[in-house]
Amino acid sequence: MEENTVKPGLFEKGGKLGWLHSTWDAFDTFLRVPATVTSKGAHVRDSLDIKRVMIIVAIALVPAALFGMWNVGYQHDIAMHDLPGFWYQFFWGLWKVIPLYLVAYIVGLGIEFAGAQIKGEEVNEGYLVSGMLIPLIVPVDVPLWMLALAVAFAVIFGKEVFGGTGMNFLNPALLCRAFLFFSYPSSMSGSQVWIARRCGADAITGATPLSYMSEGMDAITGAHFSFWNMFAGTIPGSVGETSVIAILIGAFILIWTGVASWKIMVSSVAGALFVGWLGTAFGATDVPAYVQLVMGGFAFGTVFMATDPVTSAQTECGKWIYGFLVGALCITVRLFNPGYAEGMMLAILLMNTFAPLIDHCVTSSATKKRAKKVSVA
Amino acid sequence: MSNNIVLKKGLDIPIDGVAALETIKTVTPDVVAVKPTDFKGFAPRLLVKEGDKVLAGSPVLADKQNPDILLTSPVSGTVQEISRGDKRKVLAVVIKADGSNGSVDFGKKDPKAMGSEEVKETLLKSGLWPSIIQRPYGVIANPALTPKAVFVSAFSTAPLAADAEFAFKDDFQAIQAAVTAVSKIAKVHVCVKGGDSIFAKLQDATLHTVIGAKHPAGNVGVQISHISPIKKGETVWTLNLASLAAIGKVFTEGKLILDRMVAVTGPAALKTGYVRALPGTPVSALEGCFDKEVETRFISGDVLSGENIGSNGFIGFFDNQVTLIKEGRERELFGWAKPFRFNQFSSSMAYFSWLLPKKKYKMDTNTHGGRRAFVCSDVYGKVLPMDIFPVYLIKACLAGDIDKMEQFGIYEVLPEDLALCEFVDPSKNDIQAMISEGIDLMIKEMA
Repeated sequence: MEENTVKPGLFEKGGKLGWLHSTWDAFDTFLRVPATVTSKGAHVRDSLDIKRVMIIVAIALVPAALFGMWNVGYQHDIAMHDLPGFWYQFFWGLWKVIPLYLVAYIVGLGIEFAGAQIKGEEVNEGYLVSGMLIPLIVPVDVPLWMLALAVAFAVIFGKEVFGGTGMNFLNPALLCRAFLFFSYPSSMSGSQVWIARRCGADAITGATPLSYMSEGMDAITGAHFSFWNMFAGTIPGSVGETSVIAILIGAFILIWTGVASWKIMVSSVAGALFVGWLGTAFGATDVPAYVQLVMGGFAFGTVFMATDPVTSAQTECGKWIYGFLVGALCITVRLFNPGYAEGMMLAILLMNTFAPLIDHCVTSSATKKRAKKVSVA
Repeated sequence: MSNNIVLKKGLDIPIDGVAALETIKTVTPDVVAVKPTDFKGFAPRLLVKEGDKVLAGSPVLADKQNPDILLTSPVSGTVQEISRGDKRKVLAVVIKADGSNGSVDFGKKDPKAMGSEEVKETLLKSGLWPSIIQRPYGVIANPALTPKAVFVSAFSTAPLAADAEFAFKDDFQAIQAAVTAVSKIAKVHVCVKGGDSIFAKLQDATLHTVIGAKHPAGNVGVQISHISPIKKGETVWTLNLASLAAIGKVFTEGKLILDRMVAVTGPAALKTGYVRALPGTPVSALEGCFDKEVETRFISGDVLSGENIGSNGFIGFFDNQVTLIKEGRERELFGWAKPFRFNQFSSSMAYFSWLLPKKKYKMDTNTHGGRRAFVCSDVYGKVLPMDIFPVYLIKACLAGDIDKMEQFGIYEVLPEDLALCEFVDPSKNDIQAMISEGIDLMIKEMA
């Protein structure tokens, strides 16, 4: 009875700006926990919600993002000698990376909000993480219009058409990168794109260790890449992928909080080491397996992309299989595809597609085993 | 002979307000309700009208499909009101107690000397048959079937549950008589918490000791799945201790004696402890245990699977616990983003509840977040010590896919078994309701 006499609020259904309800709700619940109380089932609930899960991933990404910003400036300084000191390098990198973040968030969140508005649903938090990831996995000088187009493609065709976060089967951030890679390969690969340049200046040549992959370990060390500077991350590459140290800090946060699956991370490393070892044992390469772990996007992909709970395998046993195959496939691409040695993106996307099949096999074999159990009562 | 069941998974929710081990009072209510809605699968047909006189044990309602199944009055008195809901559905028959102890005489019997048909007949006549729950689906037992086995959990691990050793300390003989009687129908399995439990002395039953008793280890469904999983075509029955005590008393005393120790619990309870009360007692009779000024949720049962009965409601037939919690309508600023929320519990390491392992929380009914699609995949299995894939089962229920529901174990579960999955779900789905809808679909399709 009471509800009928209370005038609907400005943004509530029936209110003057009711059509903006989803947007209002997103900001409102961003600030304050909603007042909704349980209506059926368990009367009390855990204080963990999807917002918290997503913010944990975002926090875990911060070390990689901060390191990446500094490294953008540092790599430029190595090539051009015009950025004296740590803070110059950091702020120059920040200045370069901020536009990527702005584009990723404005385009991505814009579409998410519009989608939620049209469907009359609450805005999903999933894009908080995707938007945080995307700038970290592209070359820093990628043209912003390309990025905007790729983000729009990834959000609309990777996620919204399936029903939003939780319904998608491909990792949206990786889909964005794949779109860029296949549509604009010249801006995404080669040796001209990895070091940021000043406005209007010519491209700076600076290859990543992976581009020497086909030539072997001597070529990699010959280009002044040691295991330790690849581990620390002071090398050219996509913004956030270079520093294994920063990524390990993130991995620790994700595993400690239980937000990402350690099983996937461990098995992915195992898969990479296994194929890396096969590669050296059969003479396909002389790059030791452990060096594979610190090159390119392997570490970043293993920790932040392969573990996406929505697009990875859902069963515990399936996670072991899925992770192992991601790692193994990534190194296989590196060994046999000299033209494009960065196998992580394709390995994860391919395994995303196969994750439901892995789960299907795991669940049906478990069900069959159960059916065979002898009844004792 | 005792068998051990070792369970590792589960979660004890650290909610404040465990019942003090003392008896507050014996409640003698003015009115008592017989609620057909407590019994799944019971289609009520009225046998009384307003103004009729009844004794404790007089039939009040019969099942439309199986007229032998009766619900009887727990007290002697007069039918005061028949409360109805939508489509004139009978919600409750409210009986005004006259204070006398008049009751129907069922005749004292020795269960040891009885056959299965005699036992069934006594249970049906006394109105205690509906206390037998049949799985799959958790419906009233079908008297025409002989189950594979009967299962009893002699302890509860639900949040703030009544301590069975305390609540039933005077009822051992009655429970023993009931176990003996039911064992005439089928083999009885009793699960106890440890060897020192008073129920470890029960005869005529196979005893199982559950080790590692985090919730839901005390749920009979979890125990069944470890003793003898239910397969398609099989049925098992379950009974709780309160029902067994009443069944035993029908045999030993010849009368329907339903009163039991009910634990008054919860963070919103001013005073916790035990009261002796009948099922169907109005919660308003617990005056003095709650603050009328605070918006309180009255739950018959525990916070995970109990029913919200409201301040005018009646204690459910199967419950020996009332939980009082505050409605959580306060809006915490930046709740999800705060690094520390020491007054909110989370089983997840994403908060810092693990720093305070002994703290008891004053939980309320806030959902702590909006509803989302299933995102996290590994939180549910950690709190479910059963050999099933919870999310797959839930999704099969949502899709209404009978084959998949069978494959993923719908025969083995009742909503209460997945209640902890619902508690930990960061996507805030109503998982018990989803399972319940799946079960309803199974009942409809498999009939």
